[in-house]
Amino acid sequence: MFEDLSEKLKFVFKKLKGHGKLSEKNIETGLKEVRMALLEADVHYKVAKKLVSDIKTRALGQEVMASLTPGQQVIKIVNEALTALMGSQHKGLQLSGTKPISIMLVGLQGSGKTTTAGKLSVLLRKEGRKPYLVPADVYRPAAIDQLRKLGEQLSVPIFPSNIEMDPVQICREARTAAQHEGCDTLLLDTAGRLHVNEELMGELSRIKDAVKPSDILLVADAMTGQDAVNIAQSFDRALDIGGVILTKMDSDARGGAAISIRSITNKPIKFIGVGEKLNALEPFYPDRMSSRILGMGDVLTMIEKAQEVVDEKAAAALQKKLRKNQFTLEDFRDQMVQIRKMGSFSELINMIPGMGNNKHLKNLKVDEKEFVGIEAAINSMTPQERRQHTIINGSRRKRIANGSGTSLQDVNKLLKNYAQVMKIMKKINKGGIHGIDRGMLPI
Amino acid sequence: MSLNWLKKKDESASTGIFKQLKKGLSKTRQILSTDIDQLFAGSKKIDEGMLEELEALLITSDIGVRTTMELIERISIKSNQISDADELKKELKSEIKTFLMANPPPGKNIEGLRVIMVVGVNGVGKTTTIGKIAAKYTARGKKVLIVAADTFRAAATEQMMIWAERAGAEIVVRKAKTDPAAVVYDGVETAVSKKVDIVLIDTAGRLHTKINLMEELKKINRTISKKLTDAPQEILLVLDATTGQNALSQAKLFNDALGITGIALTKLDGTAKGGIVVGICRTLQIPLRYIGIGEKIDDLQDFDPALFTEALF
Repeated sequence: MFEDLSEKLKFVFKKLKGHGKLSEKNIETGLKEVRMALLEADVHYKVAKKLVSDIKTRALGQEVMASLTPGQQVIKIVNEALTALMGSQHKGLQLSGTKPISIMLVGLQGSGKTTTAGKLSVLLRKEGRKPYLVPADVYRPAAIDQLRKLGEQLSVPIFPSNIEMDPVQICREARTAAQHEGCDTLLLDTAGRLHVNEELMGELSRIKDAVKPSDILLVADAMTGQDAVNIAQSFDRALDIGGVILTKMDSDARGGAAISIRSITNKPIKFIGVGEKLNALEPFYPDRMSSRILGMGDVLTMIEKAQEVVDEKAAAALQKKLRKNQFTLEDFRDQMVQIRKMGSFSELINMIPGMGNNKHLKNLKVDEKEFVGIEAAINSMTPQERRQHTIINGSRRKRIANGSGTSLQDVNKLLKNYAQVMKIMKKINKGGIHGIDRGMLPI
Repeated sequence: MSLNWLKKKDESASTGIFKQLKKGLSKTRQILSTDIDQLFAGSKKIDEGMLEELEALLITSDIGVRTTMELIERISIKSNQISDADELKKELKSEIKTFLMANPPPGKNIEGLRVIMVVGVNGVGKTTTIGKIAAKYTARGKKVLIVAADTFRAAATEQMMIWAERAGAEIVVRKAKTDPAAVVYDGVETAVSKKVDIVLIDTAGRLHTKINLMEELKKINRTISKKLTDAPQEILLVLDATTGQNALSQAKLFNDALGITGIALTKLDGTAKGGIVVGICRTLQIPLRYIGIGEKIDDLQDFDPALFTEALF
């Protein structure tokens, strides 16, 4: 659903990577890209503007050095801003009130109200309630038929409306009828209407006054563009909605409408429609969603872990060494220890954006024990050997293997790997790639 | 307020179609034109701030970031020659028109049997649009047959039947959950034997990302071609004007699967401006054929790029 946006942000921060510091200038470039991504995801122009300025304020006020890479730092800030906006908890249906209670579904034509009414009845029944479907759309041809068929399919009782009736009258009478049927929760499926149609918006207010619904849900299409703010605002002003259901979330829509609607109405998105089947309705979790917007998997957890273990000064010193080709076996070991503090290697791979899907890396089985051996071998070297690996000859190798409980082959392999790393480093430094980050190290 | 505006512009309204189009688009136009007029209330020259506001206007009409940037760039090159709102409007119009004119709709030679397949995602208004198109053709004295091949959505057939009756068209229906390709096969056969002029095929709404459902559409398309070599003559994609940038993805994927020949843009009677079509017309070279501007049977207009841009603001 938010994949496109997350891909964009990933790309943005890939670009940001490789800058040593998070300066005002590279934040600007990054933020420009974030803004583009938000707009392309259909987040409303003004909402995007505000979000970006929030993110900027947060970014500039923060201790930049505390981060692993500038990109990850920005991701964290964007995530915080989105979480702050979307709220953090799932909000369910408002079901309090004297039974039978009513839930009113409103929205534009084609947003998916009737299908959602069917889906909600399934959900309510699962929760032990007795739903009652009320078709109150007397305008669209065969709309009543559609809900009636869904009701039959699901064996949920349905009010026998007909197109001669007035929608307000339907909703009022349905309440009594529901009681007779032993039902406790009415689902009022109102006709789709444009938010600018005053007459039909007035009809909704009259239904609201007549039945005093416990919850009023705006059903909105996840693919909605900039107009989402107008739609949400109009329905909210007229009815004081209780929340939103976003439909067609199984599409490739970037779903920026979710952000727009939330920011303009401050009403929670309660559920999302994720398919044509009548059980394809899921609770909306804003906290999960904001990391989903970023599409970074557990990268935030990784950032947090990294922040705990990485000593910034040591890291800065290391970078300097790397650039000057002074990366010793000692550094090699320290580096490995630090990374291993963050968790197992395979766990870490999955946390790195883009790496989780990498076929080669997925199949790569890392023997964690091998690291223990490497560490032991390096520990068995003399300080001079660690700083100057070229002096390690045959007899020294044998001594190291014996001392660390590893084989001669293991020691040879380690030295070969290290030499290779040094070669790569030299190449990189020559190639003018600035700011090598730790992610590039072979462990 | 809207009356005032219409009065001011009435002199330019010449033809009947134009008036009707303007009626449907009046809200859209009003928003855009007032805003642009306001832009020039204070200063006269085009500066950064003004371009930024212009950018806001274009983006909020769903034209999209890329197309907007392109338009702004073209405008700012000419900024020295533009000194007031009218000139800016004129320039913008001509730029947008260029985008939309990149691909004029095909000529209207409708000799012999013509099969029009209508596709789109859920809830964009396919059934309603078919009802309106059917009415257009029957009004011209054509014999129209509708094939109700949405056998999936509950009561879709019933809805199509009501529209067929309103439009004075014949209809082929089968039981719910029948293979849509089988319905289409029967429909085309009926069309040939009854010697109708126009066949309109209603398909179930489907998300463009559902591969198996897109395959089903391809199968329907093949079924038609097997029966009638040149058919379907048109494959019409229905897009909802409320939809944002995702409409581009819809157009791309439906086009890849079927080769779309035209677009119908619905629900233009709200506050949504459907600006995304500018980008779609430009990048995919698919002509916009119809615009839906209301719920009544005659609320469907033939799209005319010149009139459309003229009426836009």
